[in-house]
Amino acid sequence: MAKAHVICRCEEVEIDTIREWIARGYDTFDELKRELRVGMGPCQGRGCRDIILRELSKATGKPISEIGPGTMRPPVKPIKIGLLAADYREEK
Amino acid sequence: MANDFPKTADIVIIGGGINGVATAYYLAKSGRKNVILLEKNTVCSGSTGRCGAGIRAQWGLELNCRMALACLDTFEHLDEELGLPTGLNQSGYIMVAYQEKEWSQFQKNVEVQHRLGIMSEVFTDFKRARELCPGFACEDAIGFTFYQRDGHADPFLTTFAFQEAAKRYGAKFYKFTEVTGLTVEHGHIKGVKTNRGDISCDCVVNCAGSWAQDVAAMAGIKLPNWAERHQIFITEPVEPGVCPPMLMSFSGNYYVQQRPHGSIIAGESPSGPRKIGYTSNVDPLASIARVVLKLLPRTKNIRVVRQWAGRYDMTPDSAPILGETDVKGFWHATGFSGHGFMLGPVSGQVMAALLNGTKPIIDPTIMDYHRFERGEKIVEPMVV
Repeated sequence: MAKAHVICRCEEVEIDTIREWIARGYDTFDELKRELRVGMGPCQGRGCRDIILRELSKATGKPISEIGPGTMRPPVKPIKIGLLAADYREEK
Repeated sequence: MANDFPKTADIVIIGGGINGVATAYYLAKSGRKNVILLEKNTVCSGSTGRCGAGIRAQWGLELNCRMALACLDTFEHLDEELGLPTGLNQSGYIMVAYQEKEWSQFQKNVEVQHRLGIMSEVFTDFKRARELCPGFACEDAIGFTFYQRDGHADPFLTTFAFQEAAKRYGAKFYKFTEVTGLTVEHGHIKGVKTNRGDISCDCVVNCAGSWAQDVAAMAGIKLPNWAERHQIFITEPVEPGVCPPMLMSFSGNYYVQQRPHGSIIAGESPSGPRKIGYTSNVDPLASIARVVLKLLPRTKNIRVVRQWAGRYDMTPDSAPILGETDVKGFWHATGFSGHGFMLGPVSGQVMAALLNGTKPIIDPTIMDYHRFERGEKIVEPMVV
């Protein structure tokens, strides 16, 4: 069996798949995220983002500092629905 | 890159949401050459990629039922046609009525639906609702309608599938390309100005979603559209069956669905000031969580991983604007008012037919933008 290099563990995305989509022109983090769900899992990209940015840097020839990291969204950590609901206040 | 930017095109489409991309696909597929699409950010970065992903045929107006039915027919063959998955999941929609007036409207809608072959089910028994959606707390509802062919698809996968298929037919896509002006001469569109150069062209399609009004104004066309911010969240993936069908209610102000992947997506319509930004804030997070918890108490320990905001491109009657404007060669497919994703595949076919001078699958005459000046409205009861 060929070795699989899983880059996004939440969504089980392999490096070869990421490279394939970069080659198709999906050369920003957000485009890869939308197509492959990298960074959409419970870790929100903490595991895969840097590796993917490095791949994008290699493919585009731009330094990592010039590659957008993609949108980071709240909440910072996953929160249970029950806890959030308890925080609801009627609007004044 | 700059030197390969086109100086001329046969058709320029402005906006890389589902409507623009589907229009590009159907035009290129019909044999049109030099079709180019300009997107100021990246494809699917606006309303389409931020939407609740629902697709339904349960409407109240015959026109909308026909359009939505054509969409279901299209979606059901789309994976095969485009060669990539769209993530279609026809798990049905349960529309929930909590008010008498709403319930009698639902029954009228169902008559229209049945006449057109949308065989939606009407029931008041909570047990039936819980058969479809186990654990659904719905004792306070008056009645329900359900249609199995409704459901949801993945907006990203669908739009990218259209894009890849359009590229194969020769359409060209330019991201990070912002339209800064339109050239009009003697009442005809003549070109598009962008941050990367000017394109001379005598056919332009405005699919700019919540920016459509600004783009239209560049050619002196006044649209009554406005952008409305809606917020939504998604949970970690959990086992299937937590929320099998889409649950939706206008009076209850919610929609909840579970993607095949396991994540639950839920949203509500905004209350208070309808700000147009993309920023999200904490209040809707708590408010949506409260509604989900009430409907499906067993979601209590499921974690929300992400929240975001998107825009509805609203018109005064919440119906789209399709067709040519007073500026010849300047066309519009905008104003989908929160239904752009579900209607996009059909609007793309309609736009391609209009531009090719062939008969569209749906007659869009009534969706002319002059209807607002004439004081006419397309009155649809089944919109937010």
